[in-house]
Amino acid sequence: MAEPVSQVVASMPRAKFAALMALFLGPSVAIYTLFSIYPLIATMGLSTYTTDATGAYRFAGLANFVILLTDAVWSKPFWNAAWNNLIFFAVHMAVQNPIGIALAGLLSLPQLRFRGFYRTVIFLPTMLSVVIVGFSWSLILSPLWGVAEGALKAVGLGSWFAPWLGLPSTALATLALISVWQFVGIPMMLIYAALLNIPDELVDAARVDGLGQFRIFWHIKLPLVLPTIGLVSILTFVGNFNAFDLIYSVKGALAGPNFASDILGTFFYRTFFGNQLQLGNPTMGAAVATVMFFIILVGVCFYLFVIQRRLRRYAF
Amino acid sequence: MKTQLSWMRGGVALAALLTGFVAAQAGSLKIESWRNDDADIWNSKIIPAFNKHYPDIKVEFAPSAPKEYNAALNARLDGGTAGDIIACRPFDASLDLYNKHHLDSVNSIKGMENFSDVAKAAWSTDDGKTTFCIPQASVIHGFIYNEDAFKKIGAKPPKTIAEFHDILDKLKKDGTYTPIDLGTADQWEAATMGFQNIGPDYWKGETGRLALIAGKEKFTDPQYIAVFKELASWAPYMGNGFQAQTYPDSQNLFSLGKAAIYPAGSWDISTFRSQAKFPMGAFPPPLPAGDTDCYISDHTDIAMGVNSASKNKADAQKFLEWLTTPEFAELYSNALPGFFSLNKTPVKVDDALAATMVGWRKDCKSTIRNSYQILSRGTPNLENELWNVSAQVINGTLTPEAAGKQVQDGLDKWYKPAK
Repeated sequence: MAEPVSQVVASMPRAKFAALMALFLGPSVAIYTLFSIYPLIATMGLSTYTTDATGAYRFAGLANFVILLTDAVWSKPFWNAAWNNLIFFAVHMAVQNPIGIALAGLLSLPQLRFRGFYRTVIFLPTMLSVVIVGFSWSLILSPLWGVAEGALKAVGLGSWFAPWLGLPSTALATLALISVWQFVGIPMMLIYAALLNIPDELVDAARVDGLGQFRIFWHIKLPLVLPTIGLVSILTFVGNFNAFDLIYSVKGALAGPNFASDILGTFFYRTFFGNQLQLGNPTMGAAVATVMFFIILVGVCFYLFVIQRRLRRYAF
Repeated sequence: MKTQLSWMRGGVALAALLTGFVAAQAGSLKIESWRNDDADIWNSKIIPAFNKHYPDIKVEFAPSAPKEYNAALNARLDGGTAGDIIACRPFDASLDLYNKHHLDSVNSIKGMENFSDVAKAAWSTDDGKTTFCIPQASVIHGFIYNEDAFKKIGAKPPKTIAEFHDILDKLKKDGTYTPIDLGTADQWEAATMGFQNIGPDYWKGETGRLALIAGKEKFTDPQYIAVFKELASWAPYMGNGFQAQTYPDSQNLFSLGKAAIYPAGSWDISTFRSQAKFPMGAFPPPLPAGDTDCYISDHTDIAMGVNSASKNKADAQKFLEWLTTPEFAELYSNALPGFFSLNKTPVKVDDALAATMVGWRKDCKSTIRNSYQILSRGTPNLENELWNVSAQVINGTLTPEAAGKQVQDGLDKWYKPAK
């Protein structure tokens, strides 16, 4: 089906049409170029240089990338961070998005009261500063003053408590779950909005056919919101592979213990800005940022070309 | 071939313009520092004292958060928006600024003769010929203890490791107090308050530090493994869930009177003075069996230099000259108990706890942290490695031997000692 074209636009002289395009697209192209495209290209440019002790830049081609991926001193922490990042993403996909979908499903139930209240409360943490979220959760989980241990004891599970944020086996998962707690409102809102768009006739027809709420959700509503779930997944992917702030605010740039919570964002920060006695290395940092960009690019392309094309869309 | 990336510089300049370029006016000085805790003292005591001599120079103390300081300062220096006076981190961070022509030499400043070579070493070029920051203060490591806790178990400050462990056992048995107040969550605490605190007694202070730089000693040598072993033995005496205990947690635990012994940096004194309600004492790192000479970490920590791009170097010079005076030394040491002036003129310290700690200089030999000079220049970074392994040794996830090996292997990857 051809896109409908406005009669006014179609009958416009070419020059006038171009001027109109410039008027509408110009500002966003200019701002986007200045603040997104230029920094991106400058970063890629910077990654092909090295610096000497006096701070002078010297062109080095792909040397930074070769070192990053082949020299164990760099590649080991890099792959460790990439792997941790993948786990961080997996926890979000396995916990945040299903819970988001379930909450959206519950919110869209017609019998539900206080809908606005629940929606606001669940979405609230998303608007909090990450520093506040990190600080609050460190306090809640603190073995010294936290309420977590007492709460577990109250239900007879005191022996389950451990200093989760400090153990190599649990630090990353704990941080990922804190992040899930904070951002679960976003998939909930997006999917809730998509659920509201489903025409009542479809749901009514299903009910006449004798389906209960759960089967209506599973067989009618969920397939209809799959494109939104795809969108949520790709947003989660991009967000997670750019994540940095929560881990930095809770664990610092060295993302301990023994780099168990190090993800690409903190690895990049350490490389670019340095840490305590480690001096920042802007050119190597730019190389890390470039690799991160390509990881995200590959992920997004995979989604666009492999998954999105197979999703069926329904027009109501 | 060297190419100047003018287009990139252009971007930086543009960003500086967009974020509001503020040039320093003549007659005013802006100080960059990571000591945001000290802002009050600078504004209420130090700057007014300076203004008594130079009423026309307006000084603004503009600190950043400690962990962002290096990154923020570098960005501001590159963008041309940094202040006139720069607080200098010791060794390479500042040497790097000097090599990149962000700091001026201070050799010609009047009053430089008030500082010893050791004091100047942290802010001099490797050949010792050029100094680029005025040494300001050092910090001393040791242990601060709760006197009530010691009274309860009838203990005196320990002189040897054996006595130290005896006290720890008694404290643990008594159960009222957490015997050792240290957490490994922030990692630096384990390395700085642990490894660098007790270590000098084992590696004989400067002797061992210089031997490491010369390549004559290695982190796999018995004296270094012994430090890690001692650290590992602390774990049973530390608080419940110490793996998730952060530095502020440790500070609070001690100032709330719930812990007995706090492995300390002298900078903690001012925090405890304002918060703790019980009598406190301090003892230097206890001596390992058979040793008689004591060594303390008396670490040159803070200095100040002039931004090469400052528009007001004449006033900046006057300010630096004032920093070399005994007047400033006395004012600073007493306004900030726990930061000890590096000035040759002895300063009378009023705070009892601070006076105790600085008093150790008489009996023990001073040294600085062994990772700071030269050895943290490469990748992997020695200081980061020490944070990592010290925390792991205490957590019990790495043996002392494996810790020594990891640190030395990392160092061997890039460091070739001069033969």
